Parts: sequence; structure tokens; C-alpha cells
Amino acid sequence: MSTAANIPPQFEIVDRPLDTQMTISMGPQHPSTHGVLRLELVLDGEMVVKTTPDIGYLHTGMEKLFEYKKYQQGIVITDRMDYLNPLGNNLAYVMAAEKLLSMEIPERAQVIRVLMCELQRIASHLVWLGTHALDIGAMTVFFYCFREREKILNLIEAASGGRLTPSYFRIGGLMMDLPAGFENRCKQFLDDFLKAVGEFHTLLSGNKIFQKRTQGIGRISAEAAIDWGLSGPCLRGSGVDLDVRRANPYSGYENYDFEVPTEPDGDVWARYMVRMREMKESHKIATQALSRLKPGPVKADDPKVVLPDREAMKKHMDALIHHFLIIAEGFNVPAGEVYHPIEASKGELGVYMKSDGGPKPSRVHFRGPSFVNLSALPDLARGEMVADVVAIIGSLDIVLGEIDR
Amino acid sequence: MPGPETTEPTPEPSVSSEQAPSPIVAALQREHPEWLTEVIEAYGEVTFVVPQELIVTVCSFLKGWPEGRFDFLADICGADRGVEEEPRFEVNYHLFSTTKHHRVRIKVLLTEEDMHVQSVTSVWRTANWHERETYDLFGVIFDGHPDLRRILLPEDWQGHALRKDFPLRGYEPYSLK
Repeated sequence: MSTAANIPPQFEIVDRPLDTQMTISMGPQHPSTHGVLRLELVLDGEMVVKTTPDIGYLHTGMEKLFEYKKYQQGIVITDRMDYLNPLGNNLAYVMAAEKLLSMEIPERAQVIRVLMCELQRIASHLVWLGTHALDIGAMTVFFYCFREREKILNLIEAASGGRLTPSYFRIGGLMMDLPAGFENRCKQFLDDFLKAVGEFHTLLSGNKIFQKRTQGIGRISAEAAIDWGLSGPCLRGSGVDLDVRRANPYSGYENYDFEVPTEPDGDVWARYMVRMREMKESHKIATQALSRLKPGPVKADDPKVVLPDREAMKKHMDALIHHFLIIAEGFNVPAGEVYHPIEASKGELGVYMKSDGGPKPSRVHFRGPSFVNLSALPDLARGEMVADVVAIIGSLDIVLGEIDR
Repeated sequence: MPGPETTEPTPEPSVSSEQAPSPIVAALQREHPEWLTEVIEAYGEVTFVVPQELIVTVCSFLKGWPEGRFDFLADICGADRGVEEEPRFEVNYHLFSTTKHHRVRIKVLLTEEDMHVQSVTSVWRTANWHERETYDLFGVIFDGHPDLRRILLPEDWQGHALRKDFPLRGYEPYSLK
């Protein structure tokens, strides 16, 4: 990638509209911008000279809102950021608060967190795959992907009651234990899933049109990818073997046996292949997590922070008092600041949380992987055809809810 | 890059009162004690508080530092410590090493009168949008930034929304302007 100093002459912006260059606005209502993203494209013929992303259409002031909500109320806000990976957002937020509280999470809760996060990762990648293929022109894949995703959403609904906004992870553990029969349903899904991945490969990977639209498009080198702060599949698509689950393990990921797929080419195809392989790895982790489910508590033993069980509230006075206090006043979190990164489906999702000792955080900041990955788009799109910008945006796998927050 | 380590390894006792600082802290305190206003180790995380005029020097040193190799800028975020606090604002830089897999936080403290920091876009290009966001929401001016515009809020927005004295519902409905 060329730096600003040595731009070849054809990329210089000329100030002569309608002569050789043309500025067009793509979005914010364009279907393949995956939400409300607007791009200002300077074109020379069909070649992209300059891309300026314009974001903020979906800004809802979530980081401001956190400061006015108690810690446990913040969880529901996180669902609405990356709405394709809400459990990942829950996990990052909850683990940051647990770090400040120095809490120990029971084994069963950790295993269920891993299991649900990997299911969610598969669901998120399925939406990416379906919409990415749809952008490029392959419509059928979309229906196959959403068929599989529906099964995962049903599982998440069974566990948490919500399909898109589960809020299943709570500070200190889980909202509640898995329902009866969940393990069998989950096992049934996992048994069938690898066959579905095979179907996706049959539909796309051998498709000459898909290959031509993706191979060699939107290249980024490993050094440039690190410089741009890319993370997740976008970084691994450039051959950098980096995964937060490996580098800074959390929630017991160090005990699972999985590979970190990388592809050396750094183009749209490489990022496609990384995600396709990652779905299989997530399947592997989920299968292991399912086999490790042992009976036990799913909430930490900390009555001042964790809501008591309904049954306990009916019998014990102190449980009722704690319930009342947590709901009415919240719990105080020791003063301090933490940054907790997790590997979300799109890359490193970091939560910076600062407490001043009260029941509401003083500052919560989400380092959204989509936000950072999108910032590299001008570099990726320079010199490509305007039709390929759609393929590149698809390969970055952005969610505007997380970018704008 | 400064720091051939052959200069006298003066066994100077560490300045901090903490017990057993982590290797990164000890190494940086040995090499550049003058940079560190304060070192905080808590929750397994290391925070270096550095003077605001040194941020580019510190970041470019840490990026190439053989003992740290902090080549990945994970995040930049501002924070308002409270209207009465002095200094009122802080900017946190979260650094990560893609080879050694450790993290560090660099913190710069800013007073309300002097909200200027040097931009680190020359060190990492990813700083571009992070700094625009911090400017947009807190009003921190990053000197040397190539394109310091608002990013999340509209260009004609009044005030900086994440400051503690900015009301949750804003000053007036934006649509009425």
C-alpha cells in the first residue's frame, strides 16, 4: 500500500468536475452498505481514486447512556451495538465489570458462555456470508445461511428468551441456567452444521464468478493491516496469526483445542476463506464446550452483586433484601479502570470501563472492531473498480450499530 | 531508536512504592524514568501516565522497543474525570503487541485550558478515527492530525457530548435548528 507521500499521478485529486473525475455519493440507503453507511467516492472512469466514509447516522449516544445507568442496566444497551453478535458484546461488558469487582465465575457459567459465544459467532458469520454473497450477486446462499442461523437463534431464544437481544450474560454469571433439553437440541444442530458448511462451499467456493469477484481484490499487507489496527478475520486474512482467544485467553478459552485459521493473500477471498474455516473451528469449540457441561452453579456466590434465585427469595429474608437493594440502588464497584478485550466475531472488541466507586460507571467505551476495520476502507478501495467497493465492504463485515454506537 | 542497552546498567532502586513491578514497568523505568509521571499497576493492567507533550515520543519508542514491541494500537479513548477535577480530562492509549501479546495503557492528563495533544497518526494510521472520535465527543485537539473533523455527530453540533456537563438529552432538540 502506498503512503500519502508517493501516490501515483492517477490518484491525485483534480479539481475539475465532469472532466476526468467524478464524485458520487454511495449510500446511506444503499442496500450493500449493510446499514446506514455513506461513502463519498471520487471516481476516475470506473476506478476509485478516493473514498471518504461518512458515519454517524445510527449514533444513539450509547456511551453517554452507560454513565446514567447502573452496571446491570448497561447490559441491555450492549445488545444493541453489534446486533449480529450481541452475546459477544454482553461478554465483553460483563467481564470488564467482573474484572473491576475481582469476581470468580463458576466453571459451568464459563463453559456456557463459551458455548453460546461460539454459536453466536457462527450466526454472525452466517449473516456475513449470506449478505456478502448477495452483494456480489449470488442470491441462493442467503437462504441457506438464514436457514442455519434460524436454528441458532432458536437455541439462543430457548436459553435467554430473546433472539436478537438476549442479555443472557450477567455480572457474576448467567441470567439463568440452560433449559431442559437444550443440550440435545444444541447437539442436533452441531451434528448437522458441518454438512451445511459443505453446502456453502459447494455454492460459492467453486463458483468462477465469485472467485473472479474476490481474488486479488482489496489487498492489504500484514504490516499495513497491523498499522490500520485491523483485527479478527480481516487481520488473519493478511496472514497474521492473532486471535485474542489465544493471545489473552478469557473465560477458559485456553483449555479448548482449536486452530486459528490464517490466509496469506490479504484479499477479499482470503477473508472469505478465513471466516469459512472459522465457522468450523467455532463448531469444534462448541462441541467441546457441550461435552464439558457439568452440573453446578451458574452464578457467582456474591449476594451483594448477583441477583438471588426466585426460590431463595420466597424463603429467605436476606435474599429478598439483597434483591431489593440491587434493583433499587445497584451495587458499588471499586474505583479503578480496566480494558477488557475479547475476540468478537468481527475482531477485537475491547471495553474500557472506569469506575469512581459508585453504582454507575464513570466512563464506558467500546472499541468496536467494525469501527476500526472500516477506517481502513479508503486504503483498501483505492485503485479498485467501483463495483468492487461493494465486495470489499462485504469482506470487512461491518455492523453500523457498533460503528456509530 | 534510542537505547543501546550497553550504557551502564546502574542498579538504581525502583522509584515506585509498589511491590515487585512487572518486567515492562521495570525495564521502562530503567531506560526512561523521566517520561513516567506515574505508574499504576492494577487488575493485571499496566498504566503509564506521561506528560502530554511527550506522547508521540513515548508511542514511537514503545512501537520499536525490543522489550515491548507494542506495534498495535488497539484503542484511544478520552474520559472526563469530573467538572471539578484538575486536570479534568484524560486520553487513554491502549497498546498491544502482536508478537509478545501483552498490553499497556498510556494515559495523558489534560486541563480544560490546554486541550492539545500531538496526534499519533504518524505512528499508527489507525489513530485517525480514534482521535476524531475523541475530538468529537470530548473536544480534545490533536495537533498534526490530517483530518480532524467530527465523526459521529453532525458537523454543526454544539458542544462535546461525552463531557460530564453536557446534559443527557442535549441542550435543545437538534431537529429544531
